[in-house]
Amino acid sequence: MYINIRNILASLLIILSIAGCSGKPAQNIPSKEIIVWHWLSDRSDAFDALARKYKVQTGINVRFELYAPTMVYMSKVRAAAQTNTLPDIYGVHMERKDFASLIDGGLVADLTPYMDADNSAWKKSFFQAGLIMNTFQEGNQYDVKPGIYGVPIDINNIQLIYNLDLLKKAGWDTSRLPSTWQEFISLGDMLKKAGIQGMASGWGEPWMILCFADNMAWNIMGKEKVLATIRGEVPYTDPDWIKVFSLFRQMKDHGLVSDGIVTMVNKEAEQDFANERAAIAFNGSWCINVYESMNPDLKLAVAMPPKADPKNPMYIWCGTTSFVVNGRSQMKEEAIKFLQWLTDCNQQTELAVATNNIPSGKMCTDVLKGPIRQFTEGMEYAVHPRLLPVEEYPLVTEAFQKGVQSIIIGEETPEEVAKAVQEMKERETKKAERFKRIKR
Amino acid sequence: MKMKIKPGYLFIVPAVIMLALFYLYPFMKVLQMGFYDWDGISPKTIFVGLSQFQDIIFSNPVWWQSMWHAAYITILALIFQNGLALLLAMLVDRGIKYGNAYRVIFFLPPILSGIVVGLIWNWIFNGNYGLFNHWLSDIGLGHLSRSWLSDPKTALTCVAVIHMWKGFGWGFIILLAGLQNIPRTLYEAARIDGASGWDVFRRITVPLMMPVFVLVMVLTILGTMQIYDIIVSTTNGGPGYHTEVPVTRIVARMLFSSQFGYACAMSLVFGAVLVVLSVSQMKLSQYLKRV
Repeated sequence: MYINIRNILASLLIILSIAGCSGKPAQNIPSKEIIVWHWLSDRSDAFDALARKYKVQTGINVRFELYAPTMVYMSKVRAAAQTNTLPDIYGVHMERKDFASLIDGGLVADLTPYMDADNSAWKKSFFQAGLIMNTFQEGNQYDVKPGIYGVPIDINNIQLIYNLDLLKKAGWDTSRLPSTWQEFISLGDMLKKAGIQGMASGWGEPWMILCFADNMAWNIMGKEKVLATIRGEVPYTDPDWIKVFSLFRQMKDHGLVSDGIVTMVNKEAEQDFANERAAIAFNGSWCINVYESMNPDLKLAVAMPPKADPKNPMYIWCGTTSFVVNGRSQMKEEAIKFLQWLTDCNQQTELAVATNNIPSGKMCTDVLKGPIRQFTEGMEYAVHPRLLPVEEYPLVTEAFQKGVQSIIIGEETPEEVAKAVQEMKERETKKAERFKRIKR
Repeated sequence: MKMKIKPGYLFIVPAVIMLALFYLYPFMKVLQMGFYDWDGISPKTIFVGLSQFQDIIFSNPVWWQSMWHAAYITILALIFQNGLALLLAMLVDRGIKYGNAYRVIFFLPPILSGIVVGLIWNWIFNGNYGLFNHWLSDIGLGHLSRSWLSDPKTALTCVAVIHMWKGFGWGFIILLAGLQNIPRTLYEAARIDGASGWDVFRRITVPLMMPVFVLVMVLTILGTMQIYDIIVSTTNGGPGYHTEVPVTRIVARMLFSSQFGYACAMSLVFGAVLVVLSVSQMKLSQYLKRV
């Protein structure tokens, strides 16, 4: 059979031309539309309502696109970054290193000039912690140009939440909550005696254990020593770190952690606490919505983790939900204007009322009541690993988390875990040096 | 410009394009990325040669531990999951009452999502309010109660039980189809000749079912070694590293450590192990056929 190649090519050209012309007519494409990607299913309705309000005020259409759960969202953003198909605005839910890579690839706009304009009015409106998490300082380890790259939409922090009815049932005087480790242990003993499960938390997930451990480490040894450990100047076998690891064993021995906590994901922990199967929860401020939706009769009180060393202050982890503007977006200016509008106190208050989250604007928290208000008061003591100038190797943090799980299940001693974490640290340091040599 | 093209080749062009686009290209890309240090986002990739493979093979004990966990679940699945599937297939093949209903019931678990199955069993194995502990108490074995999925002694076996419960339906359907293809006349002739039930099974069923056994075993090995969703929804690899499997390690490197290049190298090593296992399985079955 003879086939004329020219005829085939001509046919293909015709088909492609027809296909190319068969798209939507140009007049149907909205003249101005800002597309926003996020993973926040609980805030979806509130975002849509604000988008409608913005359309009425400015005529600009804003389309919020929800991709949940988080893992799906993270994969989508990665894939879009690789194919340069990120939207005008998108939420960042990733490690600092990945955030830096997005900036490096030109996929995040530098917002510093906008933040600094009008005597830094926009910048000054935020809680400092929320803003710093979107900031790269001078001399950062990722060589990112110093500046502010993201806008915090709301903030959160992680503290202990107590079920007051269960505490009463165990015989605890609920007029004051444990503030020292010794009091915390006493509470655990009382709960154990009453047959009530202690703390439910997502310690089967990597970050929740690290969060609690970090709180205790900062309290026991202070920020500088924690940083020195990350820099490799203090080993994890240091007595202070052994003390941190030992706290988890004590928690297990004194009934402070519920059975199965080491494989518990946070959703499961939230169900356990909301259904009064556990007296204590270690969770973020977003949990108030979750608990109220599952069990509106729950009587809650929020408190900072107890101090293992009463002489030193206690710090808690905070986080932020942040949006960034795509550096390659054709709607960059409009997108920034929209974010300025979204973080204005009027919209922040609306968002806070609708979602019961802590607004990123520090002057917009007056509307908050009850437990969420108690969370807000903790912002004064909030830190986050992102605020630190150095970051631990991912595999070391994994070994740390897995090690704590092993301590809780009684498989390894604090000393053994400390040794294993230190070995991983040395291994990763050597590997990083070897990779550096290869890169050179 | 005229070129002689055999029409047969034209028919396979769409399939070749699809294969190249969705199979060969991604595979070549993974192969390439195994030699690069890349975080999955940055436009910068750095050639690191074989160092990632070297690290995986010689300096990553957790990786080999995860491989052993998958192998352990696979061994249990090969024996118990397939054993149960064969037993049930033989019962249904004998024409027991409500046979069609059993077919449907046994095939229900495989069509459920792994995540859903994991969540259901998470509840059953829960240490505080789980059904399993409740049943144990009812039969006087309450002292054995524990958090089954959080105890390092039982977590991996419990995950294997969940996986086998979900997977036996596949084996059941394939084995039943195989059994029903065996001509009934062979069984009748053997009975007339005075063969016992065991003889019939050993001399007729097993030899004629050998290709089906091989298929089921290969599918079990490949399916079980790649277990992921059940682990994520039950233990998330914990407690400690006790239920980590290769796919959870690859995903952890890719998504939580941002080491895409390293994860690609892990996938290649894992792929190589699976190829070796499958080829060995084929060779073994060919040998058994000859014997």
